[in-house]
Amino acid sequence: MHEMTIAMNIVDIVCKQANDENAHIINSVDLEIGELSGIMIDSLEFCFEAACKNTIANGAGLNINTIKAEAFCKSCNKNFTIESDFSPCPTCDNFNYELLKGKELSIKSFNID
Amino acid sequence: MCDTCGCGQPNEAVTIRKPGEERHSHPHHHEHDHSHPHDHSHSHDHGREIVIETDILAKNNLIAERNRGYFEAKNIFTLNLVSSPGSGKTTILEKTISSLKNQITCAVIEGDQQTMNDADRIDATGAAVVQVNTGTGCHLDSNMVNQGAKKLNVENDSILFIENVGNLVCPALFDLGEAHKVVIISVTEGDDKPHKYPTMFSVSDICIINKIDLLPYVDFDVEKCKEYARQVNPNIKFIEISATKGDGLNTWTEWLHSNVKK
Repeated sequence: MHEMTIAMNIVDIVCKQANDENAHIINSVDLEIGELSGIMIDSLEFCFEAACKNTIANGAGLNINTIKAEAFCKSCNKNFTIESDFSPCPTCDNFNYELLKGKELSIKSFNID
Repeated sequence: MCDTCGCGQPNEAVTIRKPGEERHSHPHHHEHDHSHPHDHSHSHDHGREIVIETDILAKNNLIAERNRGYFEAKNIFTLNLVSSPGSGKTTILEKTISSLKNQITCAVIEGDQQTMNDADRIDATGAAVVQVNTGTGCHLDSNMVNQGAKKLNVENDSILFIENVGNLVCPALFDLGEAHKVVIISVTEGDDKPHKYPTMFSVSDICIINKIDLLPYVDFDVEKCKEYARQVNPNIKFIEISATKGDGLNTWTEWLHSNVKK
């Protein structure tokens, strides 16, 4: 259940930054999570709520923007959307590609008062 | 923050010990001073937006890179061994350390939720070892390895094996500062493991297929397993071994020899 560690990292990062901004409450946090990042969104939402307890982020909303996975096929020089970790290039059926998007795991912004 | 319940108490669950060292007792007690009300609800049409664009794993990745620099400077070839529980990681290490004896110095960081059992087994081989008990944690992180490596005081020009917590999911996300991740699968598991746990196979450079002496008795198709793994990671290299019988161990130790810079 690495989502708990991820959730705790998120709360840690935003609470520190919010403190620097003299915030007394964190209303919401906006994330970007790639589809191939290895994160279960449901599990992360559940853990985030728990991780926020007894911090100024208690009760904060979590907005997750999921990023579709995109790759560049080195065999046919084309970009394509990947559905899962082991789907081949739809044009040439090869697995020889470089991932361009889909592994994101970042905090975009947060809202404070 | 506490890893067990997400409260604001410091995390005291992780312990790092050498064989024979006493465990300090860390009772998991919480005394929360709730000075803020819990019945508020936040609406999102007010407040101030702070844009940070920060990688959630930035802290782990930073310490991992610090570890990597330390290992490179000391010429310590570091491997992060990941697998399901029971694939034979500790047995592989025991046999590897024995066969490299008097040639390359080996040190081990053992990761398990509980017990000193694995560290005691490695200790018997004569290699330096520390046991990291993660408590409820399901993976090692770069800070645990940083502390473990310092406690071990790993020699220059050596190999450091990090035996991660038996888990094919969570350790995939946490860079420890290793040169390579080595994923181990045993033939008593399903040959479709690379499809079931693609993330781990996509981040590993080497795949050891262990317990090959049992192939006549189990329904495991080595070629199919390789094909599935290559679909997730076309560059992954395979080494087939039987740690208990010794088959293929030479290929593995030769690969280790070739990677430790003289």
